[in-house]
Amino acid sequence: MSQITVKVGLASCGVAAGAMEVFELLEKHREQGADFRLMRTACIGMCFEEPIVELSGGKLGTLSLGQVKPGDILENIEEYRQDKIPNANVILTETHEGSRDSLLSEQTRIVLKNCGVIDPKSIDDYEAHGGYSALKKVMTMSPQEVIEIIKASGLRGRGGAGFPTGLKWSFAAQAKGAKKYVICNADEGDPGAFMDRSTLEGDPHNVIEGMIIGAYAMGADEGYIYCRAEYPMAVKHLKLAIADAQRKGYLGRSILGTNFYFTLHIKEGAGAFVCGEETALMQSIEGKRGMPVIRPPFPAESGLWGCPTNINNVETWANITWIINHGANEFKEIGTQDSPGTKVFALTGKIAGSGLIEVPMGISLRDIIYKVGGGMKSDRPFKAVQMGGPSGGCIPDSLLDTTVDYDSINATGAIMGSGGMVVMDSSTCMVDVARFFLNFTQSESCGKCTFCRIGTRRMLEILTRITKGLGTMEDIQKLRDLAANITKGSLCGLGQTAPNPVLTTLRYFEDEYLAHIQDKRCPAKVCSSLLRFEIIPDQCIGCTACARVCPVSCISGKVKEVHLIDQELCIHCGACYSACKFNAISKG
Amino acid sequence: MERDFSQLDTIIQAYQTKPGILIPLLQEVQDLLGYLSKDAMRYIADKMQIPAADIYGVATFYSMFKLKPQGRHIVRVCKGTACHVSDADEIKEALRAALRLQSDEDTTMDMKFTLVEVACLGCCSLAPVIMIDDTTYGKLTPELIPNILQRYAFGEDK
Repeated sequence: MSQITVKVGLASCGVAAGAMEVFELLEKHREQGADFRLMRTACIGMCFEEPIVELSGGKLGTLSLGQVKPGDILENIEEYRQDKIPNANVILTETHEGSRDSLLSEQTRIVLKNCGVIDPKSIDDYEAHGGYSALKKVMTMSPQEVIEIIKASGLRGRGGAGFPTGLKWSFAAQAKGAKKYVICNADEGDPGAFMDRSTLEGDPHNVIEGMIIGAYAMGADEGYIYCRAEYPMAVKHLKLAIADAQRKGYLGRSILGTNFYFTLHIKEGAGAFVCGEETALMQSIEGKRGMPVIRPPFPAESGLWGCPTNINNVETWANITWIINHGANEFKEIGTQDSPGTKVFALTGKIAGSGLIEVPMGISLRDIIYKVGGGMKSDRPFKAVQMGGPSGGCIPDSLLDTTVDYDSINATGAIMGSGGMVVMDSSTCMVDVARFFLNFTQSESCGKCTFCRIGTRRMLEILTRITKGLGTMEDIQKLRDLAANITKGSLCGLGQTAPNPVLTTLRYFEDEYLAHIQDKRCPAKVCSSLLRFEIIPDQCIGCTACARVCPVSCISGKVKEVHLIDQELCIHCGACYSACKFNAISKG
Repeated sequence: MERDFSQLDTIIQAYQTKPGILIPLLQEVQDLLGYLSKDAMRYIADKMQIPAADIYGVATFYSMFKLKPQGRHIVRVCKGTACHVSDADEIKEALRAALRLQSDEDTTMDMKFTLVEVACLGCCSLAPVIMIDDTTYGKLTPELIPNILQRYAFGEDK
């Protein structure tokens, strides 16, 4: 009988959910002679089921177990060894009878093909899965031929704006200059997005190979990966991968025996959202404050240290090897005519199956939420899906049949963005969400442009006022005017798109703004200043818990008697509501 | 207050000739000293022969650089979108209460903990999330906070 292989998912999400304890336990048992092969892998995407362990090599084929507990796993392995379905949460089976298979069957994996499959710390495993074959193929082609393939594939930049990648490459290739750079933008700063983190943690070589191919096509000899420092595991895996690729002759001098040479560095960001903007990112690599500069000249002409530079984001680079290996035509068969290929999304919020997904372009938002994501997390109805982070917008129920491609999403007022998708239900207040994003952009504005620096602050003040019940009807017009001016008066994408969360919520959820302003009511019961807390006499047992936590001592009542909240003094902090163990306080 | 910063000389020397080094250099200095004091920044400026204002400009631009002494453990409370809609504010309040922080403080009196808000830790599926030093804790409720902090409060002072 062949040996059983036990694979543990050890990406950040998995580790946070306790996967390391499972791995260490298994490692200890194996050292003590237990008969199985132990492997590590990264993120398969079903973060809600972490920690995930995959068993293979037995008669039952490959099985994945979710929410694995250290106390059960050894027994589960023994059951599997005896060809019994483990008494555990089986999430995937080879025969596709598992409860979660539908979540994966709607997906198409190009970028994430190796994520959760290979050991990201092993270049040998990457090579065994076809790694660096695209680079070998490219070395037999001319740089121009490579660019033509990328052009023909129709690949568009996955960082958000959707600019054709092949065209961008051709600009950098044509630019005059002895020294050229390629850069990978891994400064994933959108709150609610972790596509790039998972890609880099799970398959770092695929991104590196894409960059080497790009460097060859454009004639660059040096590259940078600008990675968020908040992603320590991604940085660690990248450093190891670069060292291994150098050792094997894929990086450095005379790559694969040719006279092409290319070196790659990692630059860790220092915490500034605006550095995701390409000109700001280059300022930051140069060691300066990361503030955007005027374009033109575009980076292709004059970028890093004044040299022609090409910047693509992680997901764009991660598409390259697949396109080279499979050809432009096969790539164009996936997705839509104007947006070929796939898109990776970080699906989070009030959704049952939150995690990392890769779907073909052209799929509807409805299918993503109800098929791939498994529907809503609770009984509360769907309200909106937020796409594009602080630059994006909230798409309502009535537009759920919108298909995922750059142009259709733009038409809703949101943007495709880099791939954050946060699902919201009736317990989410849309004015509060708009305020949340404005608070973010306001604090991340670099301060260069007046409209962005001061305009976002004024918008935030107005939104805060509205959530406190102090808004007026003029505020809505003021928000619209400010939004128009900030969009016009800002240099970079951060400012130009900062008003989008406000504009889309005003467009689709104006009634919620009106409820806050005119009725002094928050329909989602989120904005605490507008809530009224009352004690339900039938449920109150007089335990005094609420009176003890009230910071303004506005709750009166004796032990074992019904208490009363003085509405005049109440500051709506909600402390009593949280403290009551008998559901005797109503919020509304 | 004059302090001897000669321990920084090796770091400065290692970087001196390379382009675009200011950010990694300051990161290393901060790792060594715990934070970037004005005196330390002046010392680097002197040695590197660049204006102190350039260094101060970079140090204040990036959120990673700290201009005040930090607690031994850094508690990061995630304020990303997924965490926000999963009541991250309640987690933050529970942390502030458990650490007994006054309204304008972010570091505890005994210099044990510093509380910071971060935009997103990228573990959105586990929202709401906090990170203490390098360990992430997910699917939190306010009740779980005191127990988690307890693990750091005793016995491991090095």
